Amino acid sequence: MRLSLDFRGTVIVAILGVIFLLAAPEIFAKVTIIKLNVPIALAILALSLALVWGFGGILCFGQTAFFGLGAYAYSIAALNFGGSTWAILVAVLVAAAVAALLGYVIFYGRVSDVYLAVITLTVTLILYSLMRRTSGPDYKIGDALLGGFNGVKSPKINLPWDSGETLSRIELFYPAFAALILAYLVCGWLVRTHFGRVCVAVRENELRAELIGYDTRLYKLGIFVVGAALAGLAGVLFCVGVTRVTPDVFNLYTASLTIIWVIVGGRGTLIGPILGAFGLYYLTEWLGKTASINNNLILGGVLILFVLLVPKGVVPTVTDWVAERRGARAMRARERRMRMRRSRAGSGDPEDRA
Amino acid sequence: MDLFFAVALQIVYGIANLALISLGLAIIFGMMRVINLAHGEFIMLGGYTVVVATNEGVNIWIAILVLAPLVVGIFGVIVERLLIRWLYGRMVDTLLATWGLSLLMIGLVTTIFGASTATTISPPLGVISIGEFTSSGYEVFLILVTVALLVLVWAVLKFTKLGLVARGTMQNAEMSEALGVSTSRIYMITFGLGAAVSGLAGGLLAPITGVLPTIGAVYIAKAFITVISGGMAILAGTTSASVLLGGVNGIVDFLTGPTIGEVALLVTAIILLRLMPRGITGTWFRNKL
Amino acid sequence: MSRSEIVLETRGLAMHFGGVKAVDRVDFSLWDHELRCLIGPNGAGKSTFFKCLTGQLVPTAGSVVIRDVHVAGREPHEVAALGVGIKTQVPNVFNGLSVEENIWLACRRWHGPARSRSLTAETLERLQLGDIRNEMVESLAHGQRQWVELGMVVAAEPWLVLLDEPAAGMTHDETVRTAELIREINRTATLIVVEHDMQFIRMISNKVTLFHEGRILMEDTMEAISVDPKAREVYLGTRA
Repeated sequence: MRLSLDFRGTVIVAILGVIFLLAAPEIFAKVTIIKLNVPIALAILALSLALVWGFGGILCFGQTAFFGLGAYAYSIAALNFGGSTWAILVAVLVAAAVAALLGYVIFYGRVSDVYLAVITLTVTLILYSLMRRTSGPDYKIGDALLGGFNGVKSPKINLPWDSGETLSRIELFYPAFAALILAYLVCGWLVRTHFGRVCVAVRENELRAELIGYDTRLYKLGIFVVGAALAGLAGVLFCVGVTRVTPDVFNLYTASLTIIWVIVGGRGTLIGPILGAFGLYYLTEWLGKTASINNNLILGGVLILFVLLVPKGVVPTVTDWVAERRGARAMRARERRMRMRRSRAGSGDPEDRA
Repeated sequence: MDLFFAVALQIVYGIANLALISLGLAIIFGMMRVINLAHGEFIMLGGYTVVVATNEGVNIWIAILVLAPLVVGIFGVIVERLLIRWLYGRMVDTLLATWGLSLLMIGLVTTIFGASTATTISPPLGVISIGEFTSSGYEVFLILVTVALLVLVWAVLKFTKLGLVARGTMQNAEMSEALGVSTSRIYMITFGLGAAVSGLAGGLLAPITGVLPTIGAVYIAKAFITVISGGMAILAGTTSASVLLGGVNGIVDFLTGPTIGEVALLVTAIILLRLMPRGITGTWFRNKL
Repeated sequence: MSRSEIVLETRGLAMHFGGVKAVDRVDFSLWDHELRCLIGPNGAGKSTFFKCLTGQLVPTAGSVVIRDVHVAGREPHEVAALGVGIKTQVPNVFNGLSVEENIWLACRRWHGPARSRSLTAETLERLQLGDIRNEMVESLAHGQRQWVELGMVVAAEPWLVLLDEPAAGMTHDETVRTAELIREINRTATLIVVEHDMQFIRMISNKVTLFHEGRILMEDTMEAISVDPKAREVYLGTRA
C-alpha cells in the first residue's frame, strides 16, 4: 500500500499552502487578497464534493444545498446571537443534520446512484425556489428576516473571546485560507484511515464491501455527513466574504459549478477540485472582462468537452502522463539491463540458472 | 359546491401540467435509460419557438401544435447524433454531458434573446366560469391536450410498427440488432420524439408562464421527481406518479400555499422512493407500457 | 465424523420473480465440515438459492437458519458477521485497489491493524499472490481475480464458506490449483460450492445436491448421480 508515500505529497501541498498564507499579503495588493476570500470558500466547497463524490463515490449533484444551508444558518444565527462564534458551529451542525436526515432516507432506502444524484439536485433547486419566496415581514427566524431575493445580511466574524472585535475583509483571509489548508489535511488524513479506505472500497464495489461484512449504508452516511459539514463551513466563509447570503447559493448555476470543479480538476484527487475551483473562478472573471461570452455557455462547453475528451480531469491526466513518461523511462532502462545480461550470458553469467 | 369544482379543476390542471412536462423525459428515460438533464431547456426551447413565431405573425395554434414540437424534435435528433450516442451505457457521463448541454442552451438563448422575457403572449381561449369562480379556458384546453397526448403516445407504442420495434429494442437491444433492427436509428428517433414532446409541452405552457432562458430549472426538478417516482413504464409510470404527486402538491398548495406545496411534492416523492426504490411501476404494474 | 451437527438448514425456501418460481419450496441441510456441491443445468435455481443464503436476495417464503440464527432477508453484512465467507458468481473485487489492499480490507473488518497486516501477508502467501500484491486488481487476468476474491473470503477465517462457480473461466492448471485450495479450506471450514464443471466437482466433493427447476432432484455422491438415469436426462447435453 503506497499510502504513506501519497501522504507526503499531501503534506508538501499543505506546506506550500502555509507559505502562500504568510507570503501572499506581502506580495499582492489588498484588493487581490480581499477578492481571494470568495474562491477560498468555493475551494472548500469543491473539496467537500471531492471527498463525497471522488472518494466516496456518492453522486451528490446538490452539494450546494448544504453550502447554502450553512450560509443561511450562520447569518440567521449570528444576527440572533449577536456574535459569530456559536453561529459558525450552528451552521455546520445544521448542514450536517440535514445531510444525516436526507442521507438516512436515501442510503438506508438503497436508492440507486443515479436517482440519488437527481434527488440531491432537486433538493437544492427546491431550496432555491423556497428561499426566493420568503420576502415580506412574516418570514423571519428570531430577529432575522429571510428577505426573499435579497437574502440575509451576514455579520462579520468576530474573535471568539471578544464579540466587539470583528475581522475586516482583509483579515478574513487568514482564517479562511488556514481553514482551507486544515480541511485539506483533514480530508487527506481521513481517506487514509480505515474508515476512509472502506468508503473507497464501497465506491469500488459496494456488494463486495457488504460481503466482507461492512455495513455500507453507515459508511456512505458517514462520509456524506462529513462532506455536508465541510460544505456548510464553506457556506459560512462565502457569505461572510460577500457580506450577505442570497437564494443564489442554491441555484442551478452554482450547483453546476461544483460538479465542474470536480470533473475538470479530477475525481479521486483532493487537490484537483480545489485547483479547479480557483482556476474556473479566475477564468470566468477574466472572460467576463475581456470577452462578452455568456458564462453558462463557457461552463456548458467546458463540461461537455471534459466528459467526452478528458474524463479523468486535469490532475489525474497530468499525473498519469508523468507516470507514463517515468514508466517508459524505467522500461527503457530495464530493457537496457536485459540486453546487457543477455550479452553477458554468453560468457557464463552467474545470474543464469541451468 | 362551485368552490369544490373550481379547486378540483385546479388540482387536475396541476396533475396534467406535471404529466405534460414529464412525458418527454419519461419517453427518453423509459426507452433508452438516458437521463437528459437538458430536458428543461428543451421545454424552454419550445416556449421560445412559440413566442418568436407568434411575434412574427404565425398563427398561435400552428406555432404551439406544429412548430414547437417540430423545431425541438429536430434539435433533439441533432443532439443525439452529436452528443448522446457516444455515451450509451455510461449513465453518469450522460448525466454530466446533458448537464453541460443544458448550460450551453441557456447560454445560447441568453446570448441571442437576452436574459429577460422576449415578449409574453396572452393565453387564448379566454375565461370560463364555474358558478362564481372563473377559470382559464386555456387550462381546460391544456388538460384535454395532455390526455390526448398520452393516448396518442400509448397508441403509437401499442399499435404501430415503430412502437413495437421501439419497445423490443427497449427490452432487449441485442436481440433487436440480431433481428436486423438498427438500434442506433431507433435511439435517434426515440430521442427526437421525446424532445418533440418536450417542445410541445413548452409551447403549450408558453402563454401561461412566459419564457426566460432559465425557466428550464423549474421543470427539471419536477419532471425528474415524477419520472423517477413513476418507474420504468412510460405511460403507466408518468400517469400514476403525476396523479399522486400532482394531487398531493395541489391539495397542499390549496391548503397552505405554493411554497409548502412544492416541499410536499418532494417529500412525497422521497417517501415513495424509500418504499419503492424502483418507482411505482417497478413494484406494481410491472409489465405495462 | 462423529456427532456432526447441522450448521445450515433451509425449510420451504422459495424465491419467486413475478410468475417464475426460481426456487420452489426447498428443504436443504448441511452438516458441519461438509464440502457440498450444488449442481444443475442453467436456470435450475442454484445461484438463486445461493443468493438467498448470502442475503443478496430476500426469499419470497421459507426460512434459512445458520447455526440457530434465522438469516432469511437479512442484509449481506449481517450474514458475513456470522462468520460466513462469500464468493459471488461474477468476481466482485475492488478493481481500483491493489491485491494487498483488497485482502487487507477483508482482514481489517474483524481484526486490529497489527493482526490484519500479518493475516494479509499469510493469506497472500497461502494463495501465492505475493508477487502481484501491489498490482491493481483491474489489470489482473480473470483467474487471478478469482483468487484475489478467494483470498478475501478466506482472510477473514470464516467457518462457513459459500462459493459460486469458483473455477469459472479458469484454465485446467488453475482449476486444479483451485481444487487444492478448496480442499485445504475444507480442513477447517464447511463449504457449499455451486458449480457447472463436472471434472472440477469430482476433484473436490463427496456429496452433491442436484437442482432442477427450482427444486432438489436428488442428493448423493457424484458417482451415484452420474449413473442415475433421471439425473442424466436432466443434464442432457452436458458432458459428464
